[in-house]
Amino acid sequence: MKKDKQQPINWQRVVAKDFHRNKMLYLMVLPVVAFYILFSYVPMAGVIIAFKEYKPMLGIWKSPWASQYGLSSFITFFSGPFFVRILKNTLIISIYSIIFSFPAPVILALVLNEIRFKKCKRVVQTVSYMPHFISLVVVCGMVRQFCLSDGLFNQMFGMFGIQTNNSWLQIPGAFRTIYVGTDIWQSAGWNSIIYLAAIAGVDHQLYEAAEIDGAGRWKKLLHITFPTIRPTIILLLIMQVGKTMNVGYEKILLLYNSTIYDTADVISTYVYRKGLLDFDYSYSTAVNLFNSIINFVLVITANKISAKVSETSLF
Amino acid sequence: MKEIKQTSRKQKWSSWIPDIIMAVVLLIVAIIMLYPLLYEIFVSFSDSLQFVLHRGILLKPAGFSTLAYSIVLNAEEIWTGFKNTLFVEFFGLIFNLTLTSFGAYFLTRKNVLWKKPINIMIIVTMYFSGGLIPTYLAVRNYGLNNTMWALIIPSAMSTYNLILLRSYFSTIPDSLAESVMMDGGGHFTILLRIFIPLSKPGMMVMLLYYAVGHWNSWFSAHIYLRDVTKAPLQLVLRNMFEEGSTSLLRLVNNYSNFDSLQETVKAAMMVVSTLPILCLYPFLQKYFEGGMMIGSLKE
Repeated sequence: MKKDKQQPINWQRVVAKDFHRNKMLYLMVLPVVAFYILFSYVPMAGVIIAFKEYKPMLGIWKSPWASQYGLSSFITFFSGPFFVRILKNTLIISIYSIIFSFPAPVILALVLNEIRFKKCKRVVQTVSYMPHFISLVVVCGMVRQFCLSDGLFNQMFGMFGIQTNNSWLQIPGAFRTIYVGTDIWQSAGWNSIIYLAAIAGVDHQLYEAAEIDGAGRWKKLLHITFPTIRPTIILLLIMQVGKTMNVGYEKILLLYNSTIYDTADVISTYVYRKGLLDFDYSYSTAVNLFNSIINFVLVITANKISAKVSETSLF
Repeated sequence: MKEIKQTSRKQKWSSWIPDIIMAVVLLIVAIIMLYPLLYEIFVSFSDSLQFVLHRGILLKPAGFSTLAYSIVLNAEEIWTGFKNTLFVEFFGLIFNLTLTSFGAYFLTRKNVLWKKPINIMIIVTMYFSGGLIPTYLAVRNYGLNNTMWALIIPSAMSTYNLILLRSYFSTIPDSLAESVMMDGGGHFTILLRIFIPLSKPGMMVMLLYYAVGHWNSWFSAHIYLRDVTKAPLQLVLRNMFEEGSTSLLRLVNNYSNFDSLQETVKAAMMVVSTLPILCLYPFLQKYFEGGMMIGSLKE
């Protein structure tokens, strides 16, 4: 009867009681929360320097606002000579990755699932995961060596009768191929695991029913296996689209040089050079912020489209 | 059921043709994937002069020499690099495992008022970040610049791993925790006695993910450290692999064939630095695969 009276909730008491009961839990999570505040939220607030004219002596908060209503860094960037180049390079490398790197693990997983020689499957899996664990520094060191004028690539072409002595990392036209090729090499095997896990979840009765109906292997692949991994493919595709603007800059930093900036310089490497080599903190942060905004819009759009088309969505 | 099995056993050999084609294709793919690694091993054992003269791909070392290895193993930088990396591994893993298991445990508890806000706060960081410069400035403001702690504390946990461990923890029934509570045990006891032992594969995945991450990381060392003596192994290697690297030249300039020697020495460095990972590989494969599966189910 008393409860019907709609007593206002005494939040202070609720909070105090909860705190008293879960003291130890809060103590446990305290370092975790502190970590996120110090290393994620403080930097997020620090993005403000994109709108300021950062002076090291004054620090982030006391530095004066930038001219042109705080937008001068953005205006310099959009009207500068590198805007088009780095935006174009970022988009092209990402699109290449979606076209070439993305399907590779799907195909690999389907073939691995299909093959009936179990030993062969195991060997190929073991080998194909291996490049994933090798450090980027070593991988890029290898690629640099292969690309030398007397390196492995030219030796291999020589075996097929093509005599070249190009130093491939000096050629702007070759960079995207090298980037995407090594990406496939390093990640196709590893990324196939997710698809194999999804395939493993298929109800075997479906296959048996299809066999009774006279379906062959190709039909079963097309109508049972592939549809089961389709949601996984779409989810990963959304995530990939969300990473469109975040091309793997560590790898590019390890591979590129000024002769191939025309094709290899992307937004994130430009952010790195402007910020940490030229110490132009405000400008670099502005470029990065532009990048993040586009990225966010892309994730939301991709998510919306896929929610409509296929009823699969990330959030 | 029985009939189907029998017919499939009676299938003609011709039904194996697609499998044979697939097996051949897969084996070619496997060879292409493995060959770059083998190539570096061959180069590292090659006699550098013969290697330079060699034409075509290598199917075994060109000549045989262990000179590259003796140069690498006598290089002080390499040993300093190993030592620094081990320092980061040790303290990094203590931070990583403590924070990640605390966080994951907290997120599986019920009837906690602030759980949801904290959860949202964590998830948001997967989509938004301050970016390179604001993060760099923050780390520098905390006084971590040019210390090894800059490689440890800012990467003390990864949200992805936290969520992964939470899904391992969430499979443990509540009744177990309650019974410990009944006996007067607190949350730390529950975590140590129940959750961690019961999700051993999950903890192994965490350990290996973080350990490989530390082993392979170079970028934060590159931006935060100025002293060469503090550089972890990957940064040492990166500096050696740079074009016209003076530190590489210093290692080989006592030899008359220093030009050709650089390539075999680089290859030996790659092999030496990757060896620990390859020794762990059987474990990595076993546990990482499990981690990927759990991760994918959660998505």
